[in-house]
Amino acid sequence: MDLEKINAMKAKHKLLAEYKYELKPVIKGYNRRTLYVNLSNLEIKEKPVSDKMIDKFVGGKGFDLRLMWDGVKETTKWNDEENEICISFGPLCGNTNYPGSGKSIVTTISPLTGIPVDCNVGGHFGPYTKFSGFDALEIQGKAAEDIIVYIDGDKGIVQIMTAPDEDLNSHVACEQFIHEFADAPGKEQFVSVVSSGEASQHVLITCLNFSFWDKRRQVARLKQAGRGGTGTVFRDKHLKALVVKYSGLKSDSNHPVDLPTLQKTGLKVHKEIEVGDAKQCRMREVGTAHLMEIMDDYDLLPIKNFKYGHLPEARSLASWEFKKLFTQGMPDGCWYGCSLACCKAVDNFIPRTGPYKGQKVCVDGPEYETAAGCGSNLCIWDPRDVVEINFYCDTYGVDTISFGTSTAFAMECYEYGILNKERTGGLDLTWGNADAVLELLHQMAKGEGFGIIVGQGVRRMKKIFVELYGAEPQLLQDIGMEAKGMEYSQYLSKESLAQQGGYTLALKGPQHDEAWLIFMDMVNNAIPTFEDKAEALHYFPMFRTWFGLQGLCKLPWNDIEPEDNAMTDEPAKVPEHVQNYIEIYKAVTGKHLDKEELILQSERVYNFQKVFCLRMGGGLRQSDIPPYRAMGPVTEEEYLSREERYDKALREKAGINIDGMSLQEKMKALQDYRYDQYNKLVDAVYKRKGWTKEGIPTPEHLKKIGMDLPEVLEVVKRFI
Amino acid sequence: MKKYLRTFPDQCIACRACETTCSKLYFKVDDTEKSSIRITENAEGSSINVCNQCETCVTACQTLALRVNSQGVVILDKSLCIGCLMCVAACPTASMQTHPDLLNPFKCISCGICVKSCPTEAIKLVME
Repeated sequence: MDLEKINAMKAKHKLLAEYKYELKPVIKGYNRRTLYVNLSNLEIKEKPVSDKMIDKFVGGKGFDLRLMWDGVKETTKWNDEENEICISFGPLCGNTNYPGSGKSIVTTISPLTGIPVDCNVGGHFGPYTKFSGFDALEIQGKAAEDIIVYIDGDKGIVQIMTAPDEDLNSHVACEQFIHEFADAPGKEQFVSVVSSGEASQHVLITCLNFSFWDKRRQVARLKQAGRGGTGTVFRDKHLKALVVKYSGLKSDSNHPVDLPTLQKTGLKVHKEIEVGDAKQCRMREVGTAHLMEIMDDYDLLPIKNFKYGHLPEARSLASWEFKKLFTQGMPDGCWYGCSLACCKAVDNFIPRTGPYKGQKVCVDGPEYETAAGCGSNLCIWDPRDVVEINFYCDTYGVDTISFGTSTAFAMECYEYGILNKERTGGLDLTWGNADAVLELLHQMAKGEGFGIIVGQGVRRMKKIFVELYGAEPQLLQDIGMEAKGMEYSQYLSKESLAQQGGYTLALKGPQHDEAWLIFMDMVNNAIPTFEDKAEALHYFPMFRTWFGLQGLCKLPWNDIEPEDNAMTDEPAKVPEHVQNYIEIYKAVTGKHLDKEELILQSERVYNFQKVFCLRMGGGLRQSDIPPYRAMGPVTEEEYLSREERYDKALREKAGINIDGMSLQEKMKALQDYRYDQYNKLVDAVYKRKGWTKEGIPTPEHLKKIGMDLPEVLEVVKRFI
Repeated sequence: MKKYLRTFPDQCIACRACETTCSKLYFKVDDTEKSSIRITENAEGSSINVCNQCETCVTACQTLALRVNSQGVVILDKSLCIGCLMCVAACPTASMQTHPDLLNPFKCISCGICVKSCPTEAIKLVME
């Protein structure tokens, strides 16, 4: 890095506002104050955190949503001044003993969905901001010019300053800011940055990058708050970066009540990973990309816009192919103490296109979602092309999941002639054309061409293609893999009713982080009845919500399992690890917790989020219905490709005599059957969750779980 | 070249003088649990556990707190250590130690003071 250039850029910063605060230690996982920054009037202040806020909302996503609820109006749109970006960390965040304890949760009103979106993201920004003195960061308003917010957690200073000269694209910007704010060369690891990229100024399917300084590689690594267009809101506020510096990290920085238990519990899992990971998920070798061949084997890997789940060509994207590109033997944790170390990197990658063509760069990933979404789902079979797409998505601030699903949709429309070269500005969107896909990305960054259309996401593309090109609305509805305005992540859910629910009932939109039930449901047949599925669609979303309340990562829960896990009563829950979480929660906070109270903590926040969605104009049953592509074969070729399976489903599951039925009649019968099943599932899930048939939490249920706040009841009563 | 403790368990009489010497030097207490060398008695006699400077822990450390000095000895820089204990789990010989009183792990740095305390020459400091 050119230090002269760095100093010159830093010299251009103009201080617009400054706030000095008292440095105080975190006690039992909490600071008991949050930081509020208004970019319009340059107000910076602290807000106290009450016992009631902790009791009801715990931390993390709970704090984010509480702050946002008070900050926005029910009419607030994503680009209104009062929309907020909240980032919170949770009481367990920043612990260095237990793997996966460094997560931040980002929320905002999403430009894609119009309702709150929440993203769970790694990197050092969250823990450093927490130890700088705040349980959450709440940003409101819009700056008049490009600015940064800087938190100096060593001195107790928050500043808003202009930053005219730094780059927007994250792989450059993060390094620039890190070098600017590090106390000296060699101290870079104490600085972390949140940034987006050039595409966030032009499209909606964007993300935020959270950095962590990789001391071995001497580069800024990037982890993504990926879903829902957070980067677009960030740039709409003229934020170029959030920067934090904190140099005092120790294993007791949370001031836990029982450090020995934290150490003992963490060490137990470190050892499990040391022994088990190579035999189980191989996270340390290949990260989540280990799923590529498994999903392909089970006909679950998205191919051609989720049409198929398996193709022989997909072997070229198997994890062993990515392993050849990933640097091995590095402790690749996105927070200190994560021995699962799933965030792999491709070092010295040389892009063949775009503004960084020919330069050596370090690329984070690809993770499974990226390899599937930007690889198999587009029929791009060269892993190096996937790495290049991954690189440009990250640095431009584009969500790889929404990019993959949106591009797959555009490619299928191209296949059907809804799009053609004239309509795409000359781009040949034939399946597998990596050059065209990369060009779409570059167009998103430059704000020109057909890339801007694809970057609006599937829901808006459907409307545009109907209005401009006369496309058949029902076909686009059936093949457009979005719900609530958000693109589906990368698993085929056709043969798993429970996963159709897991995806489409997810509050923020169809993301797999609420529930991943495909193997339980489809492979192991462990939840055969509607009631079984409903119970799973209650328990797992609640259990997984808890990670977002605490500042934890989901992966060390079940991507490494104790050796005897299969012998337990409920192996899918990984009971020993659930107990670990209870132990470390008690060890940090000193508060009582058991399995039931753990779920209740989540249930309060989950229902609060549900009511928040209703308040913003979403959240009703109609938004929980999937496109048919998520449930069954839309096209004749799709049906015929798995004809035996679908015929069998009609005969044995639906009890229909298909003798003499035409293909079209069979397709219609299957579709009717599957929607009927889905609706029965929704009825069962709503009932289990304490909601009405329209998906409204009942006042009685809200009272029972302790979320009967007056402002919450006021909203639900409008719907009942 | 690396400097490390070579052990001769057949000669060990489990007097634990090495443990006492080590914990007294580094932690100012006579406490086996705070010694970087550990003696275990079993049916066959004694076993001696101490770091062989294999450097596996160096690879596991995210903060580069574990480094190899000019004599091939793995040294923990406490100012860089954030106490995650990943090195403890990674150690193939279980020779990286931890104690509930301490934030950071600790290990043998081949100082050789235990060698002088051993009455039976069951440990030797070697350079090879």
